[in-house]
Amino acid sequence: MTRFETAFAKGPALVCFITGGDGDTAANLDALVAGGADVIELGMPFTDPMADGMAIQEANLRSFAAGTKTADIFAIATGFRARHPNVPLVLMGYANPMTIRGSEWFADECAKAGVDGVICVDIPPEEDAEIGPALRAKGVSLIRLATPTTDTARLPAVLEGSSGFLYYVSVAGITGQQQAAQSSIEEAVARLKAAATIPVAVGFGVRTPEQAAAIARVADGVVVGSALVDLVKQHGKDAPGPLQALTSALAQAVHSAR
Amino acid sequence: MTAQPPVNSLRSLPDETGHFGQFGGRYVAETLMPLILDLEKEYRRAQGDPAFQAEFDDLLKNFVGRPSPLYPAPRITEHFRALAPEGKGPKIYFKREDLNHTGAHKINNCVGQILLAMRMGKTRIIAETGAGQHGVATATVAARFGLPCVIFMGAKDVERQKPNVFRMKLLGAEVHAVTSGAETLKDAMNEALRDWVANVHDTFYIIGTAAGPHPYPELVRDFQSVIGNETKAQILEAEGRLPDMLVAAVGGGSNAIGMFHPFLDDPDVAMVGIEAAGHGIETGEHAASLAGGKPGILHGNKTYLLQDEDGQITEAHSISAGLDYPGLGPEHSWLHESGRVRYVPITDDQALEAFQLCCALEGIIPALESAHALAALPQLTAEMDEDKILVVNVSGRGDKDIFTVAEALGFEL
Repeated sequence: MTRFETAFAKGPALVCFITGGDGDTAANLDALVAGGADVIELGMPFTDPMADGMAIQEANLRSFAAGTKTADIFAIATGFRARHPNVPLVLMGYANPMTIRGSEWFADECAKAGVDGVICVDIPPEEDAEIGPALRAKGVSLIRLATPTTDTARLPAVLEGSSGFLYYVSVAGITGQQQAAQSSIEEAVARLKAAATIPVAVGFGVRTPEQAAAIARVADGVVVGSALVDLVKQHGKDAPGPLQALTSALAQAVHSAR
Repeated sequence: MTAQPPVNSLRSLPDETGHFGQFGGRYVAETLMPLILDLEKEYRRAQGDPAFQAEFDDLLKNFVGRPSPLYPAPRITEHFRALAPEGKGPKIYFKREDLNHTGAHKINNCVGQILLAMRMGKTRIIAETGAGQHGVATATVAARFGLPCVIFMGAKDVERQKPNVFRMKLLGAEVHAVTSGAETLKDAMNEALRDWVANVHDTFYIIGTAAGPHPYPELVRDFQSVIGNETKAQILEAEGRLPDMLVAAVGGGSNAIGMFHPFLDDPDVAMVGIEAAGHGIETGEHAASLAGGKPGILHGNKTYLLQDEDGQITEAHSISAGLDYPGLGPEHSWLHESGRVRYVPITDDQALEAFQLCCALEGIIPALESAHALAALPQLTAEMDEDKILVVNVSGRGDKDIFTVAEALGFEL
């Protein structure tokens, strides 16, 4: 079984996102795992994060101010894999930093660092050649996004060539904004699960254990990002404690939802 | 918009996936992808609909004031002939896009896109703007068609282009000052994309240049091709032959591609695109993505970008807000690599000098963007025989720039 399969086999999974290089990332990631995160998403900072709201935009700026380079992100990933051999690790970011040295280089670095999957916000299925073949050749999952605008006719193209899990972006919008109505999430998840053979995780706008539990009753996973990134902003070097506390509350809610 | 080009034509791109060679494409978030595909379908239908073309033509004639003149610039011609070696110094024409309604070529594209927005039943318009010319043009067509309009503009540009900000407000637009990043055009585009992704159901994004995800580079080019098509007809009438050289400034590159595209299959017509070299390519403070950048992916397309070794986008610099962008349209990247168009960098200082020269010799205050094109004339005219013909696209008028120019020249207004 892959790390993803193991993580999602236990019931609804909690997927936690923080931006790499924002604060003491290694300690923050350890806190997420200690709190009960089942899958980790590590944000690769980008100068032009078009799909992100203010929380993650600012996290990127803090990361750049600390001098973060792509090599640092892979060093963080490598360290994480050594400390946590079984927790799936996903890199999330934008096309240009992932492809600037060639997609083969990027896929190779991911494989060497023990990265299980990649989410690239601005490479839709139509441009799969830009990154998909290189990742698949190295056994790294390409995790695609489905959104409220992804209709049934388009869904097979989104699922084709993707693996690990399907990330349902529950609102048409950017990260860290309002959450979608529970009824629309339930309807969408049912539609996606009918078409997908991989788990369906739901994210965007999920901040509280209550929201997470409601989603976990229908979806295979719940993604929380901006709420965690806000804690890093608020607590800086002292973020691990608050991060572990929130993750623990979220994990409890998700894992006991059904 | 035009007849099908021949096989081996340089005018047949993009391909069916929206690529110009390795450039272009549709690098957008999944939320936008279905809308981009719908837009392409609707554009194809519009291309085949004589009523769409007729309405576009009518608005260009009666609302924009087209055709814009092709003006033989006698004193500029004499000036450079006198400076050139014996027997050199071509006849210079200006394509007067500065005389359009709203003062620049931007309105051509906005008329086309608002007609598409109306066809698609969209009820809200957004746009990004740098110098403010595209924002004004968008606010203008939104007012004309009665749609609410939000313009995203970098806070730094809001400061340096105050007259245009006020124009947009008079026209009923809401101007949203963007405070992220360097607070210029790139950041305005990021913010417009964030708005669009949250409002896809009712909002049409009028992109101002021949860039962004397919089909924008194609449709903006097609709407702007009225510039080159008119130039072709006008020069044939005036001179009985095609020009020897076309010169246009390239920020995103919509005025240049509109001028160049109808001539791409005319092998005897040379083309020069002018990039903004800011303080000089060697200083790193410039906006010349071909001279100082490399291919990458940003804002929906693959094209030459200013970036570091990690693919992080670096800040552009130009005295011209309309050229202050770290990329350019994908078709220009392709034309650059194919060698069909030559691209030349021009600094802030060179543009300022040309700006003043054009005012003094021709009684025309050009936009700082257009002044970059004019600033290439010393080097270009010195190489051309005096029986040759050179056309400069004067893409806009410079009224909006007088505060910037005054400050650069040390005048207090």
